[in-house]
Amino acid sequence: MSFSEVLQGGSLFAYAPLIIAFPLLGLLINMIFGRRLGERAVGIIASSAVGLSFVIAILQFFALSTHPEGTSVPIADWITIGQLAVPWSLKVDTLSVTMMLMVTGVSALIHVYAIGYMHEDVRFQGDPGRFTRFFVFFNLFVATMMVLVTADNFLMMFVGWEGVGLCSYLLIGFWFEKGEDGIGNAIAGKKAFITNRIGDFGFLIAMFLIFGAVGSLQFADVFHWAHEHGLENVDVITAITLFLLLGATGKSAQIPLFVWLPDAMAGPTPVSALIHAATMVTAGIYMIARNQALYDVAGLSSNLVALIGAATALFAATIAVGQFDIKRVLAYSTISQLGFMLAAVGVGAQVAGMFHLVTHAFFKALLFLSAGSVIQGIEHGHHHLEHVGANPGGGEAFDPNDMRNMGGLRSKMKITFWVYLIGALALSGIFPLAGFWSKDEILADANHESIVIFLLLTVAAFFTAFYMGRQILMVFFGQPRSEAAKHAPENPPVMTVPLILLAVGAILGGVLNLPGMHTLTDWLEHTLHVHVTEFNPVVAGLSTLLALLAIGIAWFVYGRQPMGKGSPDPLRRMLGPIFVGMENKWWVDELYQFLIVRPYIALADVLADVIDWRFWHDWFHDTVLARTFREGTRWLNDAFDLRVIDGIANGLGNLTQAISGRMRFLQTGYVRNYALSFLVGVLLVLSYFIFGSS
Amino acid sequence: MDTRDLISILPLLVLAGWACLLLLIDLFVPRDRKSITAILAAIGISVALVINLMQLGEVRQAFNGMIVLDGFASLLITLFLAVGLIAIAQAYDYIKRRGIERGEYYSLLLFTLCGMLLMATAGDLIVVFLALELLSIPLYVLAGFARPQLESEEAAIKYFLLGAFASGFVVYGIALIFGATGTTALDGIVASFAATQENPVLLLVGSGMILVGLGFKVAVVPFHMWTPDVYHGAPTAVTAFMSVGAKAGGFAALLRVFLAAFPELSAAWAPMAMWIAALTMAWGNIAAIAQKNIKRMLAYSSIAHAGYILMALPAAANPTVAPEALRAVLFYLFGYAITNLGAWGVVVAMEKAEGGGLAIEDYSGLSNRRPGFALAMALFMLSLTGMPPTVGFIGKFYIFRAVIDADLIWLALVGVITSLISAYYYLRVIVVMYMRSGEPETRSESWLNATVWLTGLGTIVFGIVPGPLLALASQSWLSSLVP
Repeated sequence: MSFSEVLQGGSLFAYAPLIIAFPLLGLLINMIFGRRLGERAVGIIASSAVGLSFVIAILQFFALSTHPEGTSVPIADWITIGQLAVPWSLKVDTLSVTMMLMVTGVSALIHVYAIGYMHEDVRFQGDPGRFTRFFVFFNLFVATMMVLVTADNFLMMFVGWEGVGLCSYLLIGFWFEKGEDGIGNAIAGKKAFITNRIGDFGFLIAMFLIFGAVGSLQFADVFHWAHEHGLENVDVITAITLFLLLGATGKSAQIPLFVWLPDAMAGPTPVSALIHAATMVTAGIYMIARNQALYDVAGLSSNLVALIGAATALFAATIAVGQFDIKRVLAYSTISQLGFMLAAVGVGAQVAGMFHLVTHAFFKALLFLSAGSVIQGIEHGHHHLEHVGANPGGGEAFDPNDMRNMGGLRSKMKITFWVYLIGALALSGIFPLAGFWSKDEILADANHESIVIFLLLTVAAFFTAFYMGRQILMVFFGQPRSEAAKHAPENPPVMTVPLILLAVGAILGGVLNLPGMHTLTDWLEHTLHVHVTEFNPVVAGLSTLLALLAIGIAWFVYGRQPMGKGSPDPLRRMLGPIFVGMENKWWVDELYQFLIVRPYIALADVLADVIDWRFWHDWFHDTVLARTFREGTRWLNDAFDLRVIDGIANGLGNLTQAISGRMRFLQTGYVRNYALSFLVGVLLVLSYFIFGSS
Repeated sequence: MDTRDLISILPLLVLAGWACLLLLIDLFVPRDRKSITAILAAIGISVALVINLMQLGEVRQAFNGMIVLDGFASLLITLFLAVGLIAIAQAYDYIKRRGIERGEYYSLLLFTLCGMLLMATAGDLIVVFLALELLSIPLYVLAGFARPQLESEEAAIKYFLLGAFASGFVVYGIALIFGATGTTALDGIVASFAATQENPVLLLVGSGMILVGLGFKVAVVPFHMWTPDVYHGAPTAVTAFMSVGAKAGGFAALLRVFLAAFPELSAAWAPMAMWIAALTMAWGNIAAIAQKNIKRMLAYSSIAHAGYILMALPAAANPTVAPEALRAVLFYLFGYAITNLGAWGVVVAMEKAEGGGLAIEDYSGLSNRRPGFALAMALFMLSLTGMPPTVGFIGKFYIFRAVIDADLIWLALVGVITSLISAYYYLRVIVVMYMRSGEPETRSESWLNATVWLTGLGTIVFGIVPGPLLALASQSWLSSLVP
């Protein structure tokens, strides 16, 4: 059978389950034999497991090219209880395969990078034994992400949704005994987990509503129902979509639940790149795109989606301007870019959203990994200094992530600089890099739908270019502002080669959906309702101009006269309190602390101390229950048992005495007593049979 | 009698023949190499198991209806034989260690298994009695196998005396039923009573006595008194086998006899079974709390579980719920067998030479010493409590559902409340293992370990993916109930 025949038959679909199986196999091997295999083998096994998944994703792509309508690959009957039937089948259609290709492709590159990065990191942190654990978690993440992406129903999607959340938690707290006060990383993990729980709660409620309304959790049934009966059920669908949106704001870090993502940077850099920039956080966008049929019916929800996305895009972009931690800038940038995508799916431009999702995966993964490369360079420099006996930190804790400790790295880390620059320009939306095409498609669609959304996004795009310009200038230009930065070396090829490959993606990603060709639009047409977005030269010109202007301003502020060692951010002088607000993230964390966390803890204290302990335990249990019981048993024992029972027993002779003896000692050990109780039982049963039933 | 009759009981024939042969072979096996006998016995069981699996799904009668082979019987036979295999694996090193390694141990085990097989296929009250005795008598011997240890002998004598007492009721009940209807065939009783409606009191008393006799075997209140003493005194490996095999055998007969022969009398026995079930659950679970010895604790736990299983009998009295209730019972028996054998396996591993290591306190610090065993034990305890994601939860879920569907809400409530109570003593084992420090002594014997791992795996796997087993259980009909 030739390859084209295989394609015609669509039999390649049958391989889809392998996309989950390979990472699972990889993690099992590493989990069981990891310690004996050594670092190199562990890294190779984990990376090739994901690489094989990528190959499977490509096979699915070929299969879809002849059968674009897609299919559902059944794996098992999972739950069948009464009306509820939830099979586990893999949905292979153009939307899910787009995610598969992106996730497995980017994951494979990051896995390779992580071999080099974690080799250094576990030694820097002083526990080389944890190398294996990292790759086990990493493979587990890919497997659960694939479960999410390939889900054919809401429950299976939720399984993946929770699975990636778990991996996120495990990996944020990977160095759980490190961080601020030896507990900072663990707290960051907990924050991510709890914040996500709020979103998950929304997802769960939405699922309950769907089951209540439709009686099925299968996507096909639900969407069909929305199509047929959507108009009579607008209220229900609006409620469903709003709760789903709550879920998306948790997973994709949008207002009001975005606060966990910046803290999630406590995880190792490959984690930030893979989970908290390229893949997991896009799950919310994917979920809303998947549920297009529902959002189409609920206009209110769609508008809210767009508004939340656009507001987050702008809000997070302003915060990014005021950050000094190289990864935090990127974290807020991620939140902002996710806002762009959410706004896109909100205004009905699912294709633009997915397009930006894919290009963003390339350049944001690239930026994070490059940032990791920078950080490791600085750590090396720092380490080198300690080695030669200098005292670089001046006694204070040295923060390798702080951009104020960097500067002038352009000449020290050439490859890192160039790929970082490419990533930054792509993110800023400079022609002809990937970000330009996808961002402009979103802006053009927004312009078409709503002027408010368009304005918010355009201003956000301006800030994007500004903070990226600021970052590049602070990190790579000027003079080194610390001894460590002076001695920062370039990293080995195992790290730089994935960077170069991602950079190629960041440059060429735009060809996915060039104006006039609409490759991605045609591709997704088989799964979603799509419309072709016309290239809008005015919008494109305006946004490019704004981006260039922003970069120019950044140069004016940071490039013309480079920041000196220990001098404050020049923007602080110019903007005053506004910069303080940006630097302090507009005090959102403090606000939540004040409005939610503290009242909650106070309430919990009251419940635990007053209600549970004093009322329930001290009073109800100890006083009411225990005392009553004690008094009662004392009475039974003294008054009833000793006097009444014994009285009767002594009076009625041996037979009764044996019975009462049995009642007191339950288990005498005498066969005669057992036989007697047996006989009593027989008499009771038989009398009931004879007299009781007629 | 023709060849087809013999084929129908082929697993039984193989097992019985093999057991006799084994007694002979054992004479030539040297004293210090009795493990050969164990392996031979396991081979015999495996052969029977294979034959049985080949017959799975067949429905037919043999020996003029004295033997009924149907899905219900085949599935239970599978259970019995699997339990037999595990029992051999658990006894393998244990009886060596206790110094009671004698070849007849395995022959007796095979004879008991024969009784169980017969119990599941009995289509006539005489065969039920025969099976009951065949099941019981080798067990009496096995309970006293640790002679001349006093505890073990005491257990055997108690078990034997009370068992004989109970058998007396069964045989008297059969006589009365024969007197009332002129037949002992299960389907004959129904037909005869439906035709004449004569002698209802004799029939009622007869069926009541059978309920009593079988109730003794499965250990329901108030016929449970022997259980703690016998479970405590018998060698632990025997207890494990007894607590699962004999109980399942008793229920096999109980369900078949009452659903096939006495459906007309359900107005009498259904409420009685209901009360007994409620009382058993309450008594077993409450008495278990006070136990300090793990064998006694598990004995009361097994009494309580008999109550849960018995709940299905009144539910099955309602013909529309019967299939669901039967399915639930079969699933429960499997789940209980897996979980309970695992728990007893851990107890076997913990037992020290002179019967030490059996107090619950002796499990302190097990999580440090043998983390895998502690985890498995924790799983078993959770499963016995009925917590997800273990097989015990699924089992209870389906039993309760059948009971609720039969509109016996209060019975289900008793079940739920007593389950809640049971958490107290099951979780205490986990607390002791994980939160108290200690240096417990454990055995690491490969066959025993294998049974613990296997059952632990089963406990969790069937808890997460109950579908296949459930599907199998729902296909396993009592042939008399086939519409």
